[in-house]
Amino acid sequence: MYRYDEFDAAYVRERVAQFRDQTQRRIDGRLTEDEYKPLRLQNGLYLQLHAYMLRVAIPYGTLSSRQMRALAEIAERWDRGYGHFTTRQNIQFNWTRLSDVGDILDHLAAVEMHAIQTSGNCIRNVTADHFAGAAADEIEDPRPTAELIRQWSTAHPEFAFLPRKFKVAVTGSPNDRAVTRSHDIGLRMLRDANGAPGYEVIVGGGMGRTPMVGKVMRGFLPRAELLPYLEAILRVYNLHGRRDNKYKARIKILVHETGEAEIREQVEAEFRSILANGGAAHLPGEAELARIAAYFAPPALPERSAVSDREEDARTFDPVFAAWAEVNTTPHGVAGYAIATVSLKAIGASPGDATASQMRALADMADRYSQGELRISHEQNVILPHVARDDLPALHAALLREELAEANSGLISDIIACPGLDYCALATARSIPIAQDISRRFSDGPRARAIGEFRIKISGCINACGHHHMGHVGILGLEKAGVESYQITLGGDHTENAAIGERVGPGLGAEEVGPAIERLVDAYLDLRASPEERFVDVCRRLGLAPFKAAIYREDKRDAA
Amino acid sequence: MARSFVPSIVSANDLMIGDVVYLDASGGWTRSLAEAAVAHDAETAERLAALADQPGAVVGPYLADVALDGPVPRPLHFREAFRASGPSHRPDLKRHSE
Ligand code: SF4
Repeated sequence: MYRYDEFDAAYVRERVAQFRDQTQRRIDGRLTEDEYKPLRLQNGLYLQLHAYMLRVAIPYGTLSSRQMRALAEIAERWDRGYGHFTTRQNIQFNWTRLSDVGDILDHLAAVEMHAIQTSGNCIRNVTADHFAGAAADEIEDPRPTAELIRQWSTAHPEFAFLPRKFKVAVTGSPNDRAVTRSHDIGLRMLRDANGAPGYEVIVGGGMGRTPMVGKVMRGFLPRAELLPYLEAILRVYNLHGRRDNKYKARIKILVHETGEAEIREQVEAEFRSILANGGAAHLPGEAELARIAAYFAPPALPERSAVSDREEDARTFDPVFAAWAEVNTTPHGVAGYAIATVSLKAIGASPGDATASQMRALADMADRYSQGELRISHEQNVILPHVARDDLPALHAALLREELAEANSGLISDIIACPGLDYCALATARSIPIAQDISRRFSDGPRARAIGEFRIKISGCINACGHHHMGHVGILGLEKAGVESYQITLGGDHTENAAIGERVGPGLGAEEVGPAIERLVDAYLDLRASPEERFVDVCRRLGLAPFKAAIYREDKRDAA
Repeated sequence: MARSFVPSIVSANDLMIGDVVYLDASGGWTRSLAEAAVAHDAETAERLAALADQPGAVVGPYLADVALDGPVPRPLHFREAFRASGPSHRPDLKRHSE
């Protein structure tokens, strides 16, 4: 895990003290709301429908058990006993009081966390593969790169007032779990023909009102040149990105309107100019890269045999464990270990919410079974990255006690949902109750497993925080004629085969969505060539027509 | 303006807690819809809006349309109804109007 140096620690403490003072001045009337609002947003404090919400950055989704305990304590002492993990690997506290913010930020600073750059038109929290440093399919841990970018982008004076917010994601695996193609910049770690490390640089992806799949700006960028190249992209964007219309201000629009080739030329010209004008000073030396990488050195995992008798016995004799192990564990890079996904999607629960006691229990489990490490996924689940296969049955028993053992990772009830109109001031409709309804309809584990991988993603407005464009099934909540109305898109994909879902037709009422999804699933089960053919594969093979018909057909069961 | 045909109340978020409040007839703030001051005409709405300009107490006051078909003013827009009732996904988070 990265540890703050003296500079980091002093900087964060100073920011807390400044913000305490700014907040006090707002309270006693020396600052107006217009003056205070940009200051609070720069510190992650939003005013939502029912309360202030504090968004805390979890850099590249990595948490220590100590940090998780601090989050639990914040939830308990200053909030209503829970927190909400987001699709950007952050955590949001929904019930923050203005007078408590300073104390909360101090508490975060004590565990090397903060809420800086979780809002505003700046470079936001850098996200990464949630299996980073553990996955068997990984070329290299993406977190040293993410940390390098975090250090470079934090309080970068040139990029504090960009035309719009700017999001960077990094994956070190060919199987893209970081949704790199939907970010302003996505980085995929590669090796060239000689084995030298570098990146594929993807620019101009995004969701929101105008979803775009990112374009490959550079097929291979040598590792040492990363920062000047990012600087070149940001400069071109800062100069030419539209500031006249916030709906057209993201870099995806600039790339789209200017053309990929032209933008590439501008970026490369700026890059050459940076290097020609003393930009080599921007190149972090091997020593600095090694210093950062050392914080992410793989844990010294005791050697174990690849097959665990204890796990195999439990799989044989305990069907509940067997189902969980089948669905919620992923191969680890080290033999005898597994990555465990802890679902925050119990049937009928609010996606991504965890109570203080669950957070504390997860911290204890991380200490006991996962080298004190946790990860937050963009899918709003918690990952225990380094679990000995021998320990999986005991871990599962502990998860059962905390109601965290839902065996649904990647299945139809593992739904991404943004806070929507239950919290969010920008929302046009609710998201969470739609997720709850669908989840209850597919509560039968064997049925859900028979359906297989099925990604439903729900957003409560066009901003698309719930990634609906890239769901196999996307659900977008809008307002139509004074009521909530839900648009369905099909065929989206968040992986390396990124695709934007296609809208199938008119919006559905809130109570019509669940039955429509049931009909859709029935149609899929009828149409698939084999159990291995996923819903999204059938969409590709047959097109959307049969599924449109299923969604809009009058359903006799529900009409009755 | 057509607005004068629709009764309205003033809502805002409390500065310190951030929760939903309504302007009452005395120019104070209440968490109870029943105690919210109702404007039945444009002039009263304007007067309430002016009265609500209290940056030391609240953030973002605005007029919200209501129907007067029950014991308490009923917000017409569903967003306003959700603000009044609190999050809908967990019964324990519901707002209890005093
Ligand atoms: S998608 Fe819209 S409703 Fe959902 S969290 Fe984002 S801004 Fe709020």
